[in-house]
Amino acid sequence: MKDINHHLTDALLMAYSAGTLPEAFDVVVATHVSLCDECRARMHEFDAVGGSMMEDVGTAELNDDSFEATMALITSSDWAEEPRPIRSTKGIFPAPLQDYVGDDIDAVNWRKIGGGVQQAILKTTGDATVRLLRIPGGVAVPDHGHRGTELTLVLQGAFRDETDRFGPGDIEVANEDLEHKPVAEDGVDCICLAATDAPLRFNAMIPRLTQGLFRI
Amino acid sequence: METAKRLEWNAEITAVREDRDQEAFARLFSHFAPRVKAFLMKSGSSPEFAEECTQEVMATIWRKAHMFDGSKASVSTWIFTIARNRKIDMIRKQRRPEPEDLPWGPEEEPSQTDALIIEEETERLGKAIAELPEKQRKLIERAYFGELSHSEIAEETGLPLGTIKSRIRLALERLRHSMS
Repeated sequence: MKDINHHLTDALLMAYSAGTLPEAFDVVVATHVSLCDECRARMHEFDAVGGSMMEDVGTAELNDDSFEATMALITSSDWAEEPRPIRSTKGIFPAPLQDYVGDDIDAVNWRKIGGGVQQAILKTTGDATVRLLRIPGGVAVPDHGHRGTELTLVLQGAFRDETDRFGPGDIEVANEDLEHKPVAEDGVDCICLAATDAPLRFNAMIPRLTQGLFRI
Repeated sequence: METAKRLEWNAEITAVREDRDQEAFARLFSHFAPRVKAFLMKSGSSPEFAEECTQEVMATIWRKAHMFDGSKASVSTWIFTIARNRKIDMIRKQRRPEPEDLPWGPEEEPSQTDALIIEEETERLGKAIAELPEKQRKLIERAYFGELSHSEIAEETGLPLGTIKSRIRLALERLRHSMS
């Protein structure tokens, strides 16, 4: 994809490579990297660091039958070949996102959350959550701050907030210092993949009341 | 680790892939299995979990030997990613979200020269990390052993990534070129 201006941070790529991110963040990172050559190259670099760490960690004693048990695993028949993450040719979702949705955008089970905004929460383990958001052109996502980290990846359309414009492939990494009010650009619906590791904190009374209800 | 040793691992994986060579696999096993297990235990796994996971990682190396491409990653990097993914899959009971494969296009013969350069760069990276100031090296270790969350990892990691950048970026550029 061309013209990606907003990338993942080193900290997020390193944690993704180390395998220590919550699943909800893994989904967003894998989806962004699918679109962004720059971050893909950086991810490979962090994987190489991981390989280096493993080389230098020393050795642990294996069980006596470790090798035989491994050969038995290799010859056992109940080992399904994993499908490789390749995107189905049609659609706007990269492969890791298609895996979670089951298919592409037409398969998303949208729920209205007010103001014309729709969301679909994806099923993940752990405390962090990830959702698809569909925001009509010109509409604002309710004003909110964050207790933790929020990742917002644009898949279609664009939004602007106090910091910049975010178009397809761009990812905004927001921490608790940022109080922002993203507004979708006029035109096609803005579709985002957003993950948080703490509930969002809305500044207006009404969204706060409905927060428990909609899990936004 | 010398580059010569690293190239032997490359050759052993090729032997597993092409000839299902058990002796080559046994050599890979005796080097990497104790390191994979140590890495898992250092990352907080119990010895039982680490043993089970290590066996599955080594079995995966056998089964996925055809997917190893020495012109894109070093052997140790590849094995690290298998170990990381296997561990997460076992804990979550679900496949870790991975970026989609790039359409690398008409596959060139994996070049021996590329593999050599990749292994040399990995060698250099390891040395550069070892030479980092103690405090910084500890930070990176803690990040990879799962003792730091992403928000605790400092933005400026100060990693000497310049040592490995060139190859991976070059490969991506080549891909872009071949697709345009």
